[in-house]
Parts: sequence; structure tokens; C-alpha cells
Amino acid sequence: MSDVAVEMITVVIDGFEVTVPKGTLVIRAAEQLGIQIPRFCDHPLLDPVGACRQCLVDIEINGRAFPKPQASCTIPVETGMIVKTQLTSTVAEKAQRGVMELLLVNHPLDCPVCDKGGECPLQNQAMSTGQGSSRFEGVKRTFEKPINISSQVLLDRERCVLCARCTRFSEQIASDPFITLNERGALQQVGIYENKPFESYFSGNTVQICPVGALTGAAYRFRARPFDLVSTPSACEHCASGCDMRTDVRRGKTLRRLAGEDATVNEEWNCDKGRWAFKYITAADRLKVPMIRNESGELVEASWPEALAVAAEGLKAQKSAVLVGGRATHEDAYGYSKFARLALGTNDIDFRARVTSDEEREFIAAHVVNSSTTYRDIDKADQVLLVGFEPEEESPIVFLRINKQFRKRALKVISIGSKESIAVEKLKAQFIKVAPGQEAAAVSSQNLTDKSVILVGERASESAGLLTAVAALAQSSDAKLAWVPRRAGERGAIQAGAIGNLLPGGRPVSDATARNEIAALWSVNSLPSNIGRSTSEIIAAVHSDEIGALLVGGVDPLDLDDNHSALAALDKAFVVSLEIAPSEVTSRADVVLPVAAVAEKSGSFLNWEGRARSFDAAVNDSLNRSDLRILSMIAEEMGTSINLGTVTAATKEIATIKDWQGERSKMRSVSALAQPNLSTNEALITSWRRLLDLGTLQEGEENLAGTARQTVAVISEKRAQALGVADGDLLKISTAEGFVTLPALIENIHDDALWAPRNSRGSQLLTKLNAVHGEVVTVVRA
Amino acid sequence: MAENLEPIKAKDLGINDVEFYEVDQKPTVGFFGHMRGFWVTFSTMFKKPLTVEYPEVKAPTEERFHGRHQLNRHPDGLEKCIGCELCAWACPADAIYVEGENNTEENRMSPGERYGKVYQINYLRCVFCGLCIEACPTRALTMTNEYELADDSRAKLIFEKADLLAPLRAGMLMPPHPMYPDMTDTNYYNGDVKQAHPSQELDK
Repeated sequence: MSDVAVEMITVVIDGFEVTVPKGTLVIRAAEQLGIQIPRFCDHPLLDPVGACRQCLVDIEINGRAFPKPQASCTIPVETGMIVKTQLTSTVAEKAQRGVMELLLVNHPLDCPVCDKGGECPLQNQAMSTGQGSSRFEGVKRTFEKPINISSQVLLDRERCVLCARCTRFSEQIASDPFITLNERGALQQVGIYENKPFESYFSGNTVQICPVGALTGAAYRFRARPFDLVSTPSACEHCASGCDMRTDVRRGKTLRRLAGEDATVNEEWNCDKGRWAFKYITAADRLKVPMIRNESGELVEASWPEALAVAAEGLKAQKSAVLVGGRATHEDAYGYSKFARLALGTNDIDFRARVTSDEEREFIAAHVVNSSTTYRDIDKADQVLLVGFEPEEESPIVFLRINKQFRKRALKVISIGSKESIAVEKLKAQFIKVAPGQEAAAVSSQNLTDKSVILVGERASESAGLLTAVAALAQSSDAKLAWVPRRAGERGAIQAGAIGNLLPGGRPVSDATARNEIAALWSVNSLPSNIGRSTSEIIAAVHSDEIGALLVGGVDPLDLDDNHSALAALDKAFVVSLEIAPSEVTSRADVVLPVAAVAEKSGSFLNWEGRARSFDAAVNDSLNRSDLRILSMIAEEMGTSINLGTVTAATKEIATIKDWQGERSKMRSVSALAQPNLSTNEALITSWRRLLDLGTLQEGEENLAGTARQTVAVISEKRAQALGVADGDLLKISTAEGFVTLPALIENIHDDALWAPRNSRGSQLLTKLNAVHGEVVTVVRA
Repeated sequence: MAENLEPIKAKDLGINDVEFYEVDQKPTVGFFGHMRGFWVTFSTMFKKPLTVEYPEVKAPTEERFHGRHQLNRHPDGLEKCIGCELCAWACPADAIYVEGENNTEENRMSPGERYGKVYQINYLRCVFCGLCIEACPTRALTMTNEYELADDSRAKLIFEKADLLAPLRAGMLMPPHPMYPDMTDTNYYNGDVKQAHPSQELDK
């Protein structure tokens, strides 16, 4: 890669000399001189194909000219090359005009109804390179228009110029070769396999890179023209990959989101969830005014001063704790962290609204906070070990990056888990099959080098001893370790100290120097010194009357294990809820304060690398305030000041906090549990959340939900035989709490295990079974 | 050459630097001299007056006078507007706002895939230049000769689609209704549809 010295070559383009690395394509070298050669099929991240022929130029090497113009997107530079583009060669200019005329022969004149109109490379280049008239007098080829190649992507075959960008993307980048070029000649067309729609998690990228309006998104269809849209660079709030995005807004309403360009993170891609899940912002039931619970127990609308006063009084009157979900921005998480320490005088704060463990919290303090593993390390890795992590479903851009290296240099990938996933198949990974709960032993037996990367997912906390084993492996092999959470705000919350054992910048609560540094920054004498409670301990403390009030921001209690207990705690305690829409928390809260959604505020997320992904408010006329502004007001009302009136103030304050240089807290080792004995009808459940599922932020996105993977219960061949079921037969999976009924699918899974999606339609494991990983469930034929 | 192109700076010039020319004008002299001026007034008493008693009497405008816009219909009543926003794009005064929408089988407003769901023209902004009419690819937008565009509030001068749509004429049906049987949108543009087909009403 770029560490090796590269041979440089000098070529002459249109009379100007340019020196570029060997292997550079002529079209790229011309770009460096600012010479734009028209093109459709060429894309810097896809392999050259020379399909559209629009980039023809005259080339001569050491005095010998090619007899005909050549496609500059397929020819690498060579020493002694002299290139003449359309600017200096009439032959190249005429050839390009000819190609454009041919491309337009069958292209319909339906620009007025085409979504691409106004931002269309074909329109633009027909103006710049084409001629005003056509010599074609026949009847244009027509196709039925448009056809749905998935519920989300529409294909208009008439408009296609057969550049093969979409098919090459699907094959080379996403490894989802669900679309191909069918037929030949004038009838050549993009097509899908019979009965197999284009259900790739990355299908939206093909819409974005289509140089004509052949592929369009169903959700954005006929909504606007480019000149209507106000574009704001933004960051994706859906997962911890940290994609750079562009949000296009018309009259205060988000109409579409596009992948932004960031070579270090998402390159030019994003996933369909990031692209197409944004209706929650404009949902009709968004909270707009504060509400308080009156004497008769009903939530009624209230003024801001009234609601703030009630909130402040309730939080001040009793011992309080803070539950902040993993979706808060870095600044908001910092606000919660500071609020808990200063206004509530407690370390009882936890951002983890999911199945967690104390082992995980110690792992975070010892190995995650301030860690610096990046996408670049994946690019350079000799092997990648995936533990409790399903990259395509849980952090799609991490998958694309591993896949890129796999395709480029057959990067070795090892996955430890119970079920072989689609991503594991696509990456031809070495799959180490273990029973759910027994991953730790498999991790310990790995041989890694100091160039390896361990990617451990948040689900590792569900298997006792696994994070201990991962930490030990990283230590012994010196491999790079990265913890990849699913939610966008988790890494930021860790850095901001929104967890009981850490203060901002990774300072251990137990360290007096660390506490003093932050106390000095916050201009207070001292900070609470005991390690704070975790999410489950906070809930237990509410039940045992040790905590009387909860400040809850963006938490769905149904994401917690034992959610009955969590809901009961919310019923019991005095709850102040900061939310964007009605939820299980707001219906139980005593004070509900509406806050701004991501599109309505500025801020930043830290992605799994710890890299800041900052964004501006895309919708400027929203009256909603960000969480930290409201926390500031509550604190003011309580008589303490946290001095975080604006996001800018928080950003400035965060910038002054240096990473902790002192000793990190140690992690106590936890040993794995023995595998329980199973009877014939019993299995150990394992699950993960799919990218497209019943997540709150995907509500109302019907087109998107249409491309979600099928809800199935995966069992092994052996179990299927024992139960006498075939693919598609219904299975009843039950625990003491309840049951779900799902169609069976026989796949490569551990014989003791059963896999089902964690939060898909018909398979809400946390609420229905209260079992997600390693618990014993009963499986029978339904 | 170069020094000749130097601009003259204003401060370098005084009032006396500008040349004046005196115009030779005869002074009005004597009684008949004054009467000559009154003659012009007197003579108009015998001419046909140019003014009209507006608003009791309304003189027709020139045929191509730029008045209020109209959204036209196909001969079977379907709207010609496809919601493409080219008019809004062409508008130098940003007076037009359009939102497109899908035509569906149950709710068809125009032939083809797309129709204009929202169509607004703000007559406080419109300068009646007619660039929108030139931009319209389907001849949906034209201008009428109607010029009485005054009202007592700003909101009333933002005309909605319902205010702009052409009235239904003989042979037209009020959309939504299906397209003429066996006709494509191309047939519509070629003028093959002359009036509504009975089945279009039945299927409505």
C-alpha cells in the first residue's frame, strides 16, 4: 500500500505534463490537470470496464499512435505517452460526440418526469459533449417502465446506458451479485434473477451512482428537483460505522439522504438503513410540547418553566440516577455525564440500554476508552477476528471495508460464533462453530500476530468470560483490538463518561487524580468517588427504594433484558424523560420534555474508531432543543449550573479535556459458564439484530422494510431430523416467559444452538422470550 | 492604446468641463401664440376618446397579453401538468412552487407516471415574463388574458392548483379517472384523444 515507494510516470495530456504513480488510469491523470473527460461507466472505486465508450481520447506512445481513439478509463499511463483529449484532438472530440449520439438513440426524452433531471451526468454531458440534434429517425426502443427490482429500488430500463456501475458495485463492493446485465445488443438490460429481488443492504448506492435515471429510489420518487433541496453535510445516526452523509431538505422536511465522501471511513458508500430511514423525524406523533403528570395521573401539556420546575424538584427531592441511551450525541452524552455528577451528585449513570454485564463495563474502561484502532488497521491487517460481531448486520461499513480487503488480497477472516452468517459466507471466513456461551475457549485458542485486528461486538457481553478471553488474546498476541458497538452514540458516551466507572476522557472514577482533574475543569471541589451503578443495578435500586428518581434520555426499556422489571421500575420511580416521540418511557414518565432529533440539531458522534463525525442542523427552523440545552435548564432550576447552554459550548469544553494518561483501571477476569445439559427438545438460543428490523428509527419506512431479510429460526440439519421438520415448517420456541412461532431454516449452525433475529417482525425475543443468547429454550414443531 | 482605456474618474471633472448646447426655441408671443397651445385641447373634443369607463366597461386586451396562468387539460379532462417543476426552475422571480406525485390506477390525474400534486403561483412575485410557459414541456401551463389580479391579502394572491386549473369543457371528465382505453401517454401528446370515452366515467 502506500508505505511502499511507488514508481512515478510522467505523461503529456493536452500539452501539459503530469507525473502520476504507475498504474494510474489516463482519465485520472487528466483529472489531476483539471481536464474533464466525459464518462459514465468510470468510477474510481470500481474496477475499470470501458462499457460506455464516452471517454475516448487519442493516445500515442513513444511516437506510435493508436489507430483509433481509446477509452481513457481502461488504459493506465505509460512512459512516453502523449494523450490528446477532446480539447486538443478533433478526432477524439468527434468520437465522443458520436458515442453520445448513439447513447441517446434509445434514451427516452422523459427528463421532465425523471428524478435525475437536474443532476444527471447524461444531461450535463449531452450539453457539454453532445450535439444539439440527432440523425436518428426511427422509433426508440421501449420497455415497460418502471419495474420494481426491490421494494426500494425502481428500474427504468429505457433510460439505462449500460454502464454496468450498478452491477459492478453489487458484485465488487457489496458482494451481492443480485443484478446482472441480461440479453445482448439493443435489448441488453439490467435484470434480477427470477423470483429473487435485489435485496441487498447496500442497494441504495446503486441509485446514487447510476449516471442516468435508470435506478431510482421509491421513497424519493417525484419528490423534488435538485434546486429545491438544501443540502447539509451530516453524519449517520443509525450505527457506529460513522458514515459521512448528505441530508437534503425541502421546506423543513428531509426528503433524502445520500452517502457522503470520506475515504478514511465510508469511502463513498453507505447502507440502506442510513440512506432510507429518516421518516421518524417527521412522524406525526413527534413530541412538541412538555408534559407533566397531574394529580389524576394523566399526562397534560405544560409550559416549559412549569415542566422544568417539576422536573428539577422531583430530581432534587430524592436520590436520582441517569439512564442515557446509546443514541445520544457526544455533546449530549457529555451533558448527561456532567449533569449526573454536578446536579445529581452521583455516578449512577449508564448509557448501555441493552443486555450488558459488569465484565463489559470493566472491559470498556480497560480496553475501549481512548483506544485507537481504525479502518486503516483493517486495511493493513494480516487477519481479522470477529467475535460476537456480525459486520454486515451490525456495522455495514466495517463489512464493506473487510470485504474490500478480502477481494483485493484475500484477507483472512475468522469468525467465532454459533451460526454461519451471510457475511461469513461472502468473506469466505474461517468459521469456528461453538455452542452459544462457549465462545471464550475458542477465542483463547486463536493465534494472532501484532498485525491482526480483533473486532469484538457489543454482543460479546452476553457470554460470560468472553471479553476476558478477548482482552487476554489481545494482550498475548499484541493484536489491535476494537470494540464495535451497534449504536452511533455508544463510543461518544464512553468518552464523555456517561457510565458509572468512568469520567470524561477515560478517567477512572476510582482514581483521585482523575477526579481532581475533572473537578477542576468543572470548578467544583470534589466529585462523587464511588463507582456508579450499572443499568440493571439502577433498576434494582429503584425496586429496593435506594433510588427514587430517574432521568431517562432516549432509552427503550424493551431493549433491556428483564424488561418487566425495567418497566415496573419506571412505573415506580419519579421519571423525567427526554424523548423525541412517545415511548414506553414517556407513557410512564412524570415529566416529558421534547428534544431535537439528529437532523434538527448540531453535534457529533464518535464512531467505533473514536473518530468524531460532526454534523450541522439540517432542518434549521425546528423549535426543538438538543438534550444538553434542556439539561442545562433543569440544572439551573435545581440551583446548580452545568454551563452547557449550547452545543458549541459543549464542543469547546470537550476539546479542553485531554485523554487520560494515567493508569487504566484493571479488568477482573471472569470465567465462562459451563454448558448446560440439554434434553432433546431444548436448544441454546443465539440471536442478533438485523440491519433492517423493528428498530424505532426505522418506523414508517415501508419500502425499506420490504427489503428486510426473512424472519426465520435457524436450526442444524441434525436438529431438523430429530424434530422431523424441513425448511419452512413452523417451530415453536418457548421459555417460561412466552413463545414465538417461526418458520424453520436449516443452515450451518451448532447442533445445540437455535438462531432467530432479535427484533424482527414476529421474533421480538427480548419481550416475548426474555432470552437472546446462551439461554435454554424449548423447541418443538408447531 | 492602454492609456486611452483608462476610465475617467468622476472627481477629475468639474461642472464647467461638461459641454452644454443651447436649444433654439421660439418664445410664445401674443394672443394667437397662446391660443395655439389651447387648440390641442380643443381639438380632442372632436376625437373618439381612448379611455374607457373601467370597471363598468372592460376593453379586451391584446391577444398575447400576459395575464393569469392556466393549467390546461387534455380533451378527456386529465391534467396536462406532470409536476416536473421546469416552470419553477425557469421562473426568475421564484414565484412557482410545485410538488410532484405518482399517478396510481386508483388516483390518476394525468396520463403517464407523474402529476403535479401541489401547484402554486405567487402573484405577488410573478413578473408575467412568460418564461414558465416556454419551459413547460407538455403545454400544461399557458397564460390567459385575465389581468384583474388584485386582492386585499397576501395569502389570497398565492393561487393554488384549483384556482389555476382550466374549467371542464364539453367531453371532459373531472379527474381522477383512468386513461382513454388503449391509449398511452404518447397518444395523448400526439392529440389522438379527442374526448372522454364512456368507460372512463364508469371506471372512475
